Amino acid sequence: MDYLLTEEQQMIRDLARQIAVEKIVPVRAELDEHNKFPAEIMKAIAQADLLGLYIPEEYGGLGRGSLDFYIAIEELSKACLGVSTTYAANALGTYPLLLFGTEEQKKKYLPDIAAGKKYVAFGLTEANAGSDASGIQTTAKLDGNEYVLNGTKQWITNGGEADIYTVIAITDKTKGPRGASAFVVEKGTPGFTFGKKENKMGIRASSTTELIFNNCRIPKENLIAKQGMGFIVAMKTLDSSRAGVGSQGVGVAQGAIDEALKFAKGRIQFGQPVTSFQAVQHMLADMQTLTEAARSLVYNVARMIDGGAKDFSRASAMAKLFATDVAMKVTTDAVQVMGGSGYMKEYPVEKMMRDAKILQIYEGTNQVQRNVIALDMIKEASRTK
Amino acid sequence: MNIIVLVKQVPDTAEVKINRETNTLIRDGVPSIINPYDMYAIEEALRLREKHGGKVTAVTMGPPQAAEALKEAVSLGVDDAVLVSDRAFAGADTWATSYALSMTIRKIGVYDLVIAGKQAIDGDTAQVGPETADMLGIPFVAYIRKIEQMQGNKMVVERLMDEGYDVVETSLPAVITVVKEINTPRLPSLKGKMKAKSLKVTTWSAKDVGADENKIGLKGSPTQVVRIFPPAPRGGREMLSGSIEDQVAAVAKKLKEQSLM
Repeated sequence: MDYLLTEEQQMIRDLARQIAVEKIVPVRAELDEHNKFPAEIMKAIAQADLLGLYIPEEYGGLGRGSLDFYIAIEELSKACLGVSTTYAANALGTYPLLLFGTEEQKKKYLPDIAAGKKYVAFGLTEANAGSDASGIQTTAKLDGNEYVLNGTKQWITNGGEADIYTVIAITDKTKGPRGASAFVVEKGTPGFTFGKKENKMGIRASSTTELIFNNCRIPKENLIAKQGMGFIVAMKTLDSSRAGVGSQGVGVAQGAIDEALKFAKGRIQFGQPVTSFQAVQHMLADMQTLTEAARSLVYNVARMIDGGAKDFSRASAMAKLFATDVAMKVTTDAVQVMGGSGYMKEYPVEKMMRDAKILQIYEGTNQVQRNVIALDMIKEASRTK
Repeated sequence: MNIIVLVKQVPDTAEVKINRETNTLIRDGVPSIINPYDMYAIEEALRLREKHGGKVTAVTMGPPQAAEALKEAVSLGVDDAVLVSDRAFAGADTWATSYALSMTIRKIGVYDLVIAGKQAIDGDTAQVGPETADMLGIPFVAYIRKIEQMQGNKMVVERLMDEGYDVVETSLPAVITVVKEINTPRLPSLKGKMKAKSLKVTTWSAKDVGADENKIGLKGSPTQVVRIFPPAPRGGREMLSGSIEDQVAAVAKKLKEQSLM
C-alpha cells in the first residue's frame, strides 16, 4: 500500500520502526510482566528527536504536522502500546502549553520537553470526574501571588515519571463549567505527591498513578490561559490528541496481524499451513481491511488538521472510535488465528489484546465519542434546515 | 577535540553466502552496511565530542556508493564526511588502503584522535588501524574497551586482552581501534537523517590527497593471497579457581601428568 507519504514522513516511519524493532520488541514482555516504565526506550525516542516532533522549531522541536506524529505513534504501537501510551501521553500533557501557554511558559517548558529532558503528564480525571469532566473536585484558590491546590487526580498516565504536570482544577465552584482553570505544576513542588501506582490489565509499561495535592502552592504565573478557561483548555487538548489514539489502534491492529500472519504461515495442520484454509484467509482479509479502513480515517483527519481545517471534532472522534474498536476486534481475532499459541505469553498477541482494551476507554470512551459525533450531526442538520 | 573515524562499507555478512569453489563472498544482491565494529568507533567519537566538544569527521575509502555509509554516519550525528574514491585505488590491499587513508588524514590536517573498529567483518584482517598509525608516525593502541580519561595531549585507555585488560597511557594524536564492549551505538536521529539526506559528501581523488600512484591500488599492494582456509579452532582452556596454593598444586599436577615437569 502506498500512503503517499512525503520523504520526511517515510524517514519518521523508518526511524520509529527501527526503535520498535531494536529497542522495544526485545523487552516488551518483560516491561509488561513487571509493570516497568520504559526509561531506556524513552531515552532512545528522545535521542531520535521524536519527542520534539510536534513542537515548533522556535522552541527546539521539529515543527512537524499531525500526520508525521501519528505515523510515529503507529509504528511504536505496532510493538508495544504501553510504550506508545507513554509517548502519546507526553504530547497530551504538552498540548495545553502548546495551544494556550504564554510566550514565557512556552520558552520555559517546551525546549526541555522537545529534547526529552523533561516528561509531561496531563491531569484531568478524578474519582468522580471521568466522562463527566464537570465532576472535578480538585480546587485551586488564589492566595496573594500563589494558587493553592487541593485534591486528588486519578489514573494519570506518566504520573510519578513526568517532571511537568498540566492540571485542571476548579477556581470558582459557582460558575459551573466556567469555573475550571488549567495550571502547570512541577514535580517536587511542596504539597504535591503521588499515590499508588496502578496494577493494570494492559499497557503495563506505562506508569499510571494518582496526583495528590495537599495545600500545594504554585506561582500565579503557572495559570495556563485565563482563569475560567480550564474546560476549554481540556477540550481543545483532547480534540488535538484524540485521533492519535486512533493511530495507536491502527498500530496495535497491524502489529497483531503481522504476528498472526507470520505464525499462520508456519503452522502446519492437516498436512498444510493453516494459511491455505479459507477460514483463516478470510479472517486475515477482514482484519487487514478493517485496519486499512481505520488507517484511512486516521490519516484523513491528520491531513485535515495539517491542511488547516478549523473544525475536526467529528472527524477525530470517528477516527478514534472506529480505529480503537477495530483494534479490539483485530487483536482478539489474531489470538484466534494463532489458536492456543496466541493465548500463551510466549507470543505477543495476548498482550496486544489486553493492551487494546484501554483504547476504547481512555481519552473519551467510545460511547462519549458517539455522543460527540451524533451531537455534531444534529447541530449541522439544524443549521442547514 | 577533533576526531576522525575510519569507517568501511561492508556487505551485511549476516546475509552473505560463500562461493565454495573460490572461497570468496557472493556479494550480489547483499545489502551494504557500515562495518559493525565501526559503529562502536562512531559512537565513541560522538560521546567524546559530547564531553569535550570539537568535531567528528568520518572518512572512508571506497567506490562512489560508499557515500551511503558516510550519510548513515552523519545521520548518527557525525559532523563531516570525506569519501576517498578513485578508480586508481581499485585492488588495494590493507597496506595500500592504509596509505590512502593516512594521506587523507594528513590532508584533513588538524586532529587529536583517529578511531576505527577493531577489524572489518568482510576481510577480518585488523590491519588498517595499525598500518595507518604507522604511516602517520603516531602511537597505536588496539582493542580498546574503555577510554578512562583524556587530559591535554594524553589519554588513558583499557585494552581488552584474552584474560583481563591492560591499562595503557598514550600521547595524542593517536590511532585506536575499539571492541564492542566499549559502548552501545545509538540509533540515528531525525535531524541527523534530514541533514544526511541533503548532504553532498566531499569526495577526494588520489590526486586530491597527494597519493603517490605507485603506492595505491593493485600496484601498491604487496599482499598476495595464496590460499584461503578456515583457521584451526583454538585449543580448549581450563580456568582454575580456589586458593593460590590449590591452583599451584593443580598446575603442577597437570604438568607432571603430561611429563612437562
